[in-house]
Amino acid sequence: MAATAAPTSAVPEVAHDDPPRARRRLPVPVLAAGLAVLLLLSVVCAVAIGSAGLGFGRALGYLWSGLTGGAITRDELSAYTIVWEIRFPRALLAAVVGAGLSAIGVAIQAMVRNALADPFVLGISSGAAVGANAVLLFGAFGALGVWAMSTAAFGSALLAMLLVYAVANTAHGLTPLRLVLTGTAMYYGFSAVTTLMVFFAEHGEAARSALMWLLGSLGSATWGSLPVAATAVAAGMAYLLLSARRLNALAMGDETAAALGVDAERLRRELFLVTAVVVGCVVAVSGAIGFVGLMVPHATRMLVGADHRRVLVVAPLLGAVLLVWVDVASRVLLAPIELPVGVLTAVIGVPCFLLLMRRRSYSFGVA
Amino acid sequence: MRVEIDELSVEVAGARLVREVTLTAEPGAVVGLVGPNGSGKSSLLRCVYRASRPSSGTVRVDGADLFAMSPREGARRLAALPQEAGAEFDFTVDEVVAMGRMPHQRAAARASAEDAAKCREALRRVRAEHLRDRGFLSLSGGEKQRVLIARALAQEPRVLVLDEPTNHLDIAQQLEVLHLVRDRAGGPDGPAPTVLTALHDLNLAAGHCDLLYVIARGGIVASGAPMEVLTAELLAEVFGVRAHRVSHPETGAVQLLFDRLVER
Repeated sequence: MAATAAPTSAVPEVAHDDPPRARRRLPVPVLAAGLAVLLLLSVVCAVAIGSAGLGFGRALGYLWSGLTGGAITRDELSAYTIVWEIRFPRALLAAVVGAGLSAIGVAIQAMVRNALADPFVLGISSGAAVGANAVLLFGAFGALGVWAMSTAAFGSALLAMLLVYAVANTAHGLTPLRLVLTGTAMYYGFSAVTTLMVFFAEHGEAARSALMWLLGSLGSATWGSLPVAATAVAAGMAYLLLSARRLNALAMGDETAAALGVDAERLRRELFLVTAVVVGCVVAVSGAIGFVGLMVPHATRMLVGADHRRVLVVAPLLGAVLLVWVDVASRVLLAPIELPVGVLTAVIGVPCFLLLMRRRSYSFGVA
Repeated sequence: MRVEIDELSVEVAGARLVREVTLTAEPGAVVGLVGPNGSGKSSLLRCVYRASRPSSGTVRVDGADLFAMSPREGARRLAALPQEAGAEFDFTVDEVVAMGRMPHQRAAARASAEDAAKCREALRRVRAEHLRDRGFLSLSGGEKQRVLIARALAQEPRVLVLDEPTNHLDIAQQLEVLHLVRDRAGGPDGPAPTVLTALHDLNLAAGHCDLLYVIARGGIVASGAPMEVLTAELLAEVFGVRAHRVSHPETGAVQLLFDRLVER
């Protein structure tokens, strides 16, 4: 039996209503190298800038002594401590947290296939807040000393994740809508608990630090808080980069993913675990810094397109640079008062984001 | 490759969507699956491209049990065009087609020159090279479908599964899609893949398929060449319509003229 399809020439070419979009995209290696250099400079600047009246040059000198093990005099000790023990780990932590939140934001948006998702959509941060505030307000886990806060935050973040997982899991695995709905419901539940704790807290100062934690702060950064968070973020980023192609397939839909040989159910479970660990570690040291994990993934896609092999290289660098500078601003703008980082990410991020959106034809996952 | 579905059943929450379906597609054949809405066509095809697992039964590709293979291994033999809307994020056409090479690539490896060449060839075969740099979401329905066929072709499948590939397309685009699948899916050096497709339009199915399986309420009720299968009695019973059969003046394929609903 012959096919009845018309010969090729008889089938009319589909007319283009909109002109073909020229997509000028920056080459990723150039962009990544540029951002890496910028990140390095940003960290150096962040160390040199501050309200202690040290001066840019002197601060850089102390940073250099710290890095090379050079000698300093006794009078310089307090200034040196500010640079080496406070500002430098803090700038590094800002970079780690910014990179981690951005990478996880990318992964979560693909995982729940929702452009509005951010790393906290699964209720992890609000779970962590319950633990952290129990420590802040009622001195829970006092036996753990300085580690009480981060341990309690990480522990309750993981508990929250287990709860979300148990509720959202079905015979067909974690479906995107169920995940988002469960996470959002849990978010409200945990937030209610936190609010209640703040409400019944005995003194105002504790309530203030509780609020500060909810909005995110890098003020508690020390050399001690860095390694765990840095390791978790690095491992998470490595896993995501290796899964970049699978994330592309997942973003196209579960059925397409299956047809391309990707087990969407399994991938989503893996992503859930990675998200839990990375966000848990990040939130434990910095609180719930909002907006970075939502905005940076989109900003990155505007720059380099949707392919996760590009996005996952650029987004963490962009997020790191952003958060380093936001943290500098939070320290300096109203010094000696420190602004919550989460407020500033929004203040700086929203206009940049709206500007980018207007300039580029960018589609937010809505066809 | 020969596709053999044997006694395949799908049960979801106590409802049997597919009942012990047995079906064979010979190598290179275009096999159509027709049936009313909700008859189980998609549920059956989803098992073949492994978006869901059957409750019982097997799918064999050239004798090898599909569910005993890794998903990647399966995807190297079998590509699919599912019914879902497509991308959420604005991938370019090039990026969408490149996904077809996934089952052949290692996770950490960069795309090779060979991969790029195969993607270009796939786009050329569906005549969509000019769309390469366009955003997938900005394409028309027909263009999207052509690009998705290119993705499936880049996968170099021996079996191609299509779930209602002509949905929402105008008549020219419908004919083009079936023409591409039927006559241009074979690679320059490989044989044409075996095609298993669900189709709504019975006249398109009659004109383009070598073999039809009619599915109703989850089970196969008839199979054979379109001429033998699409009888007035079957159309009345399965689809609830009265129809006249005529033969296409040029190709001789059976075509249907629909009359009215069957009064019950």
